[in-house]
Amino acid sequence: MTEKTISPPTELEKRFPQGVTLDQREGYSGYLVDAQKLVEVATVLRDEMGYDYLSSVTGVDYIQDNLMEVVYHFYKSTGGSELTLNVQVSRENPVIPSLYHTFPSVDFQEREAWDLLGIKFDGHPDLRRILLWEGFAGHPLRKDWKEPFFNEDNKPFSNRWPEGNVFRVEDTNPYGKNVQYPDDLAQPEKWKPETEDLLYAGLLDFKAGEGKDFKTDYVVVNLGPQHPSTHGVFRMAVVLDGETIVALKPVVGYLHRNHEKIGERNTYLHNMPYTDRLDYLCSMTNNFGYAIAVEKLLGKKAVVPERAEYLRVIMSELTRISNHVWAIGFILNDLGAFFTPMLYAIEERELILDIFEATAGSRMMCNYFRFGGVSRDMPEDVFQKLKELVNERLPRKIDELDIYLTENEIIAERCEGVGILSPDDAITLGASGPLLRSSGVPYDIRRADPYGIYDRFDFDVAVRYHGDCYDRFIIRLDEVRQSLRILQQAVRDIPEGPVLTKNPYNIRVPEGEAYGRIESPKGELGYYLVSDGTANPYRYHIRAPSLINLTGLEKICIGQKIADVVVILGSIDIVLGECDR
Amino acid sequence: MADKDKSPEVPKELRAQVAISNFGDLIRGALDKPYNWGRRNSVWPMMFGLACCGIEMISTAASRYDFSRFGMEVMRPSPRQSDLMLVSGTVTKKMLPQIIRLYNQMPEPKYVVAMGACASGGGPFKEGYNVVAGIDKYIPVDVYISGCPPTPQALLHGLIKLQKLIDNQSLNRVPWYGEEPVEAIPVPVLGPDIMTPLDYKKIKKETKSKG
Repeated sequence: MTEKTISPPTELEKRFPQGVTLDQREGYSGYLVDAQKLVEVATVLRDEMGYDYLSSVTGVDYIQDNLMEVVYHFYKSTGGSELTLNVQVSRENPVIPSLYHTFPSVDFQEREAWDLLGIKFDGHPDLRRILLWEGFAGHPLRKDWKEPFFNEDNKPFSNRWPEGNVFRVEDTNPYGKNVQYPDDLAQPEKWKPETEDLLYAGLLDFKAGEGKDFKTDYVVVNLGPQHPSTHGVFRMAVVLDGETIVALKPVVGYLHRNHEKIGERNTYLHNMPYTDRLDYLCSMTNNFGYAIAVEKLLGKKAVVPERAEYLRVIMSELTRISNHVWAIGFILNDLGAFFTPMLYAIEERELILDIFEATAGSRMMCNYFRFGGVSRDMPEDVFQKLKELVNERLPRKIDELDIYLTENEIIAERCEGVGILSPDDAITLGASGPLLRSSGVPYDIRRADPYGIYDRFDFDVAVRYHGDCYDRFIIRLDEVRQSLRILQQAVRDIPEGPVLTKNPYNIRVPEGEAYGRIESPKGELGYYLVSDGTANPYRYHIRAPSLINLTGLEKICIGQKIADVVVILGSIDIVLGECDR
Repeated sequence: MADKDKSPEVPKELRAQVAISNFGDLIRGALDKPYNWGRRNSVWPMMFGLACCGIEMISTAASRYDFSRFGMEVMRPSPRQSDLMLVSGTVTKKMLPQIIRLYNQMPEPKYVVAMGACASGGGPFKEGYNVVAGIDKYIPVDVYISGCPPTPQALLHGLIKLQKLIDNQSLNRVPWYGEEPVEAIPVPVLGPDIMTPLDYKKIKKETKSKG
């Protein structure tokens, strides 16, 4: 599946005889890079070797070796497999040069690593906490940081299994709640939250009314976290000059549910239902990404049966359709066509959810994939329904949506030429999925770095070239049509046979690291896993497309009108469960 | 309330519970039925989705399940105009001050439905460091709905339960016609961890004893 390209590695080592070495640890395949050389190496990778897309940045706390490690995953925007750089620093004073000026896509990810692991990125212009708030005690993903409801390091907890002497963890907490305070907190009533000051300090860093005939005042407006147009608990702090946007800072973390900390206590299979709740509109594709990452670690031990491979593709593509019709409905909602287009979209989505419910047992949280297959087979009558759906009903309905919406004058007026993202910016800002492809970059992981059995299907990568809201809206219709093509081939070719080869409860994952990624409806969904050979993942990180697509939001919005921000956000299509994790 | 002075003395702390029957109460008792009938069939929920459950809430509002059959289709984005707060999803510590502020802004009579496992008790994310293990630790909840997320059928069931709760309310006892104003809930502060002003004494004691 992933073919290691030989020439760039040797080239890279030759180029940097000092400071770059092949990672010799078992199960690791990247390069160990000295912290001082990092910016130089990254620049060479970008300018000379074509690795222009920095997909994921995250940290790992190797507490036993007293090391903090930062892991970078580079890709070429023309396709191919990854190149991994690992940078190690001491745990006491973890400082690493920031790649912000080489790859702006690291903006939020470096802030996240600072927030959760306490790794400082030297040269990052705005290194604030991102998911938690300024003043929070500690960096929670460090291995020696314990949450208030801490029970044991790893599941299954010995007080629950096998004896089952369950106690309620809040009974052990003096407050009876999920809280804890440091010992030196003497006067809680005098505490002053600082977060807003820092946020606004970054925003108001310019002179009001510059270059104008008359002096105008700038106004700061906060959209969210409770706002009907932000699709959940997302907040934007916007500076306005009249109606025009001068500066914008997204504020996220209002739905930070600690997937990663919980995931590192869980066993591998425990995490499968948690992935459902990341991007809660697309549980099937979330499962797929996680299954791919664990299967990469398992290597030859996990063989996916043929029928299961087809079922995986069918479920992912159905998810893509249901997500895209939902997104189209919401863009229309944001444009002011309140709820009526949504009703058409939800009608189709419900039919797809019926198939999920009949097959996996749940409408939204499907928990369907297993390492080495899927959890159960699709019943025959459901399969007949699916056939009718993908061959007849959905194509007809998508054409109907197309007729109603694409030629609509109001949509054209509000969307055409609004919120333009250029292809170069899209790549450097780490955009992925429909956002990247509507800017004219035909990058689809199903083609660029195929996983599963996507290399067997005949489909086109949807691409549009204007990079405005209208293209981001229309590309979703294109993608639905391509998904239908894949589905029609899949239901035609699906063979009989088993869907699961081994007992998923009893897996032993060998040591090493793996980065599994798929093309989720929102973009590139990646899972970075580090295994130390035990039953629990040592590090479990999610590269969330919703969060990283927001890196470019400020760039897209500046110069636009405040009313257009709502449409721009709708056309990027974020889900907060995944964005904040 | 002209006959208030003639009523026998009731200790202040019992006034919400004890009703003294007189002519005025009789009239108010007869008004209960039409009053509740009007309210139960026009519950306006706040348009306020927190997480996954919010998606099921939208599905319930759509044509297949359609909760406008129960008079609940008017979703209001502003707390000032809504009667019902559907806490649909995981409540995080970072979001909690906003939720309490929204709750305080809602006019009486107001109801809270904890939709799904997370809002009821933390759900699968209970152990998380940024998760509030149940919104009922901070604001009063009227109806709990189980499920992760609850299906639209379950949500409808919960809303019908809420209507029954409204049916059983009496004008004599509802707190919003009481003598004193209903007190606002103190908004928590984002400190080293979430701190509600009600806990300050305890925090002082605990942190001192530890240090």
